[in-house]
Amino acid sequence: MLMKDLFKKPGNKLESDEQKPKTPSIPDELCVSCPSCSKAVFKAELNESFGVCPSCGHYFKIGARARIDMIADKKSFVEHDAKLTSTNTLAFPEYDEKLEKAKKESKEREAVVTGVCRIGGYPCALFVMEPRFIMGSMGRIVGEKITRLFEYATKKSLPVVGFTVSGGARMQEGILSLLQMAKVSGAVKYHSDAGNLYVAVLTNPTTGGVTASFAMQGDIIIAEPGALIGFAGPRVIEQTILQKLPPNFQRAEYLLQTGFIDGIVERKDQKDYIARILKLHSRGVS
Amino acid sequence: MGAYDKVLAARAKGRPTAVDFIKNIFTDFVEMHGDRRFGDDKAVVAGIAMLGDVPVTVIGLEKGHDLKEKVMRNFGSAHPEGYRKALRQMKLAEKFGRPIVCFVDTAGAYCGVDAESRGQGEAIAENLYEMMTLRTPIVSIFIGEGGSGGALALAVADEVWILSNAFYSVISPEGCASILWKDAKKVREASECLKLTAEDLLWLGAVERIIEEKEDFADVYKNIYFLLIEYLDKYYKSQEKDKEKLLDEMLKKRYKKFRKIGEVS
Repeated sequence: MLMKDLFKKPGNKLESDEQKPKTPSIPDELCVSCPSCSKAVFKAELNESFGVCPSCGHYFKIGARARIDMIADKKSFVEHDAKLTSTNTLAFPEYDEKLEKAKKESKEREAVVTGVCRIGGYPCALFVMEPRFIMGSMGRIVGEKITRLFEYATKKSLPVVGFTVSGGARMQEGILSLLQMAKVSGAVKYHSDAGNLYVAVLTNPTTGGVTASFAMQGDIIIAEPGALIGFAGPRVIEQTILQKLPPNFQRAEYLLQTGFIDGIVERKDQKDYIARILKLHSRGVS
Repeated sequence: MGAYDKVLAARAKGRPTAVDFIKNIFTDFVEMHGDRRFGDDKAVVAGIAMLGDVPVTVIGLEKGHDLKEKVMRNFGSAHPEGYRKALRQMKLAEKFGRPIVCFVDTAGAYCGVDAESRGQGEAIAENLYEMMTLRTPIVSIFIGEGGSGGALALAVADEVWILSNAFYSVISPEGCASILWKDAKKVREASECLKLTAEDLLWLGAVERIIEEKEDFADVYKNIYFLLIEYLDKYYKSQEKDKEKLLDEMLKKRYKKFRKIGEVS
């Protein structure tokens, strides 16, 4: 098989060849105020620094497209299933409006972008969740897109690299969204049983049903500094135990200490880190 | 009965819990304890028992009966060690060729500092991941509350059955109402919206069978006993060579069943 064949998209009539326009990672104004130190940061400066505040090191949330630009080799990303989008199957109140708003805000059709790319020259399948789409919540289309990606990667013996950011299962799709946890887990398991690598990168915040499924199923799990990672959100826990939580609780540094992740990797170093991991698993092929 | 009435029925005081089902359906139950990692979670009851004349592994999320027992059982909300204890017993079931029967009754996995620090998310994720390819038949029966990921962690099964007054939901109706309408009192509306009743779940393909509740639960136990024997019969009757083929088919079917939830053509 030729190398370029690895990047062929699976036959899917829902797809089109058109590439979506890039969306800016940071609001359109020239300047933004850092939510952590309140200092004004130039947008251009923020783009230079991978969305990290130059003054205090705060990690701005960044969109899926900006992240793909940061991680994938230039022009190597080919999107899969770009047209798939959620519908209000259960006729849940206010969900249609919520979807419309999410599409407008994120300029995406769903809370995850999937496809194939190269990282440091190494081919891989890539999924990146989108925080501006209902907080990266997992409905049936998010589950479907990630499942398809793992199935594709299993067929093509490709490693999967996945960036998570999610509030958990999408309530508005009821049991259908809960069961995506089992569905994706099954696809991850079969990908793993076939001897393929899966690297999960947990970003702020990764919680609920995503933590309790594919976020925690990576062969290698890394996180961004300070990322909130947990099953229950801190507010729910505080309401349950009626106590304030310690400040670093459920943060990436805490998970490293308790043994649940392999490392914390700064945004600017992630591409090199992942490329190295892919090299270490490439058996001499690139 | 509206959806919220069913939620109330599923939580009603005096409703039989997992240990009642175990006691009345199986014989020779021997309970096993601990996850060999941290401790023994009493919200999960696990062990080996006879179903008629064949051994099975039995696991239940147990809420307890009186207040003292409820506290001891943490009201049926398991910590990570509970899910790990369940998985340990499931792996032994696979090793010894025993089918697995799970009884699900929980408001959800426990939300607390200890549960989080010991990896609640990782523990549930591990169960979903491992159960999908476990080479032994799994039947999960929802007998009361089916609360979100904490219920699903014992329900990646070949057959999911549900009692007519039990429910299974991505979030509690109270949680849904307070997020959606900032008003926890709108539980009635939330219960309807979530499509969490046995009939809705059957329609959505989340469960395979509804088990009708009778005034007298003795009939329910007897019904479950016969349904289990009927379903598991082919696995017991098959010869060694055929059995592997049967298990291959079973695993394919298990994956496909979850795969088709939310599938888009």
